[in-house]
Amino acid sequence: MTESFVSIRNLYKIFGTNSMAMISRAKAGMHKADMLKEFGHVLGLRDINIEIKKGEITVIMGLSGSGKSTLIRHLNRLIDPTSGEVFVNGTDILKLDRRQLLHLRRTQMSMVFQKFALLPHETVLRNAGMPCSVRGEDGKKTEETARNWLHRVGLSGAEALYPHQLSGGMQQRVGLARALTSNSEVMLMDEAYSALDPLIRSSMQDLLLELQNDLQKTVVFITHDLDEALKIADHLVILKDGEIVQQGEPQYILLNPADPYIEDFVGDINRARVLRVRSIMTEVTTDDDGLEILDGDENLELAILRASGEADKTFAVHSDGMRVGTLRMTEVLKALVPAARRSATTKEGP
Amino acid sequence: MASYEKLFDTLGLRTWCDAGATGGPMTLSELVSKAGGKTAEGEAIPFPSLDVLHKACGAFPRTRDMTAGLERFFLDVKDPIKVVLDPLTQPLSWALRNSIEVMQSLPWWAAIIILVAIAQFAGRRVGVTLFVLASFLGLAFIDHFGYAMETLAIILVCTVICVLIGVPIGIAMSRSNTLERWLTPVLDMLQTLPTFVYLIPLIFLFSVTEPKLYGIAIILYAIVPSIRLTNLGIRLVDGDVLEAADAFGMTSRQKLLRVQLPLALPNIMAGINQTIMLSLSMVVIASLVSAPGLGTLVLRGINKLELGVGLVAGLGIVVLAIVLDRVSRAALQRVNKMHQPGA
Repeated sequence: MTESFVSIRNLYKIFGTNSMAMISRAKAGMHKADMLKEFGHVLGLRDINIEIKKGEITVIMGLSGSGKSTLIRHLNRLIDPTSGEVFVNGTDILKLDRRQLLHLRRTQMSMVFQKFALLPHETVLRNAGMPCSVRGEDGKKTEETARNWLHRVGLSGAEALYPHQLSGGMQQRVGLARALTSNSEVMLMDEAYSALDPLIRSSMQDLLLELQNDLQKTVVFITHDLDEALKIADHLVILKDGEIVQQGEPQYILLNPADPYIEDFVGDINRARVLRVRSIMTEVTTDDDGLEILDGDENLELAILRASGEADKTFAVHSDGMRVGTLRMTEVLKALVPAARRSATTKEGP
Repeated sequence: MASYEKLFDTLGLRTWCDAGATGGPMTLSELVSKAGGKTAEGEAIPFPSLDVLHKACGAFPRTRDMTAGLERFFLDVKDPIKVVLDPLTQPLSWALRNSIEVMQSLPWWAAIIILVAIAQFAGRRVGVTLFVLASFLGLAFIDHFGYAMETLAIILVCTVICVLIGVPIGIAMSRSNTLERWLTPVLDMLQTLPTFVYLIPLIFLFSVTEPKLYGIAIILYAIVPSIRLTNLGIRLVDGDVLEAADAFGMTSRQKLLRVQLPLALPNIMAGINQTIMLSLSMVVIASLVSAPGLGTLVLRGINKLELGVGLVAGLGIVVLAIVLDRVSRAALQRVNKMHQPGA
């Protein structure tokens, strides 16, 4: 399950007339701001290395201008890198010729777009069936596949409508169905939910997780919203100015932010709701000490609720019915304070 | 004027000037001065135009010689051009002659039924269709129906050819910035050239009895918006949708047929509407070179000072213009609506 399906190695992208000459400067350690000021070239991506594992949701997060949309377009070569390698299922896609690239895009990759990018003059059914019809597959079978996926994303009955007759959330469901119809291993989602309002966004996230539970696609999800990233990510990559600041398991990043930028970033979220019990428990295997049982995948909010005010309570943490650790409420309270704040106060104290 | 003669003398070019002197026909000003009239002489330093320089130094050609040279050049290249152009444009003559014949041979009621059916099919608007019916009945009532049918036949043929040629050129133009840079001034020229000027080289090339003479003039003039708006429409296609087409592995042919042309259709239709209107305006001028139809009546009105004939035919053209515009516009609106009924 943890085999890496897509790997990005030493990827650089520089926008400008003389990008090839700039590459050596970027490799020598020049950063985005300096390159723009001194040479007028935009350093889009600098030394990106990511291993994207099969069946996982990899979330690439960053603010606007951090290069995340540029990065995702390298995976199906809508943008070609200045230097570096991208492997998909073992093949270096930068070496593919025109025909092989079309094949890759038709069979291995699908994409969901921020602005939906549906064909306005075609019905929902035809839109959802687009990947199949592009491949030249039989019309009846295409229609059936498209109908199935539309049903799956909750759009049964809307097949004959045109995209503009649907709300934003429903249009993105069509976009999602379209990506699923292609039956590709990799699904690229470029800020797929950023244009939706919060409630619909949340339900679309749930839909994605539910589908992922069944389908185990390799999803690359781009977002600028940390809450969204933490909700769906198996692997989180944080980009800033075209460089990776930190990547890893979201819970780990939350508890061990690598630098002040990420600390700032994670400072505002509701830690009790995002942190899981298993991330902060003390590991033990000894069984049965008569403690109240708590599931490892629950968040701290529930632990606090269950402790009902007892600050020295201890829980037995179970996972899949097995005892995996112990959770002390004192640890819970500590984990609720961001690391930055914690170290600051210890320095001040005696 | 003496100043220029002196100039050539001091430069030591006198012998060259006299050696190159040619007779040539007399200019108008020479004629006038010979007749004892007043000329513009007396200016201290006249502008050194070709005519003035010719007077001082015979080696310079006069302006009349230049235009005569252009004429000779045209006559020289005429035959080789005709060898290529004649067979190429022959289908145009054939199409024009036949469509006019067909339109004329239809009984009036059949023609009206067909036209009204086309209007209904294209526009799907009852008001527009009724207007078309009323217009044609009106034209028939004042005995202008036959002329109107001739004009309509010419416009129909020319518009179809404009679309068949113009849309592919527009597509090519949208794909190549170089082509766009080169074609834009040509299209500008075609649109700004006074309409009469079109006819001059064509009269040289083809005989006035051939329908293709006016056919080519109309097509050259009316094709411009078809090309321009196809190009514009394709260039305006939403980049996000194109990116999606790329991401799902469409070939450029699939992209053209499934994304670019359908999304550019409203603009292309607007271009066709313009093409129809321009053909109509040109078909009147083309009556100077034997194009049949309402234009000949206008011409008669001018030539023989038959005020009523000219005016009524002119108004008939206006009615025809409104009919064509409303129908093609209704069709355009229908296409637009299919794309965005909400907006």
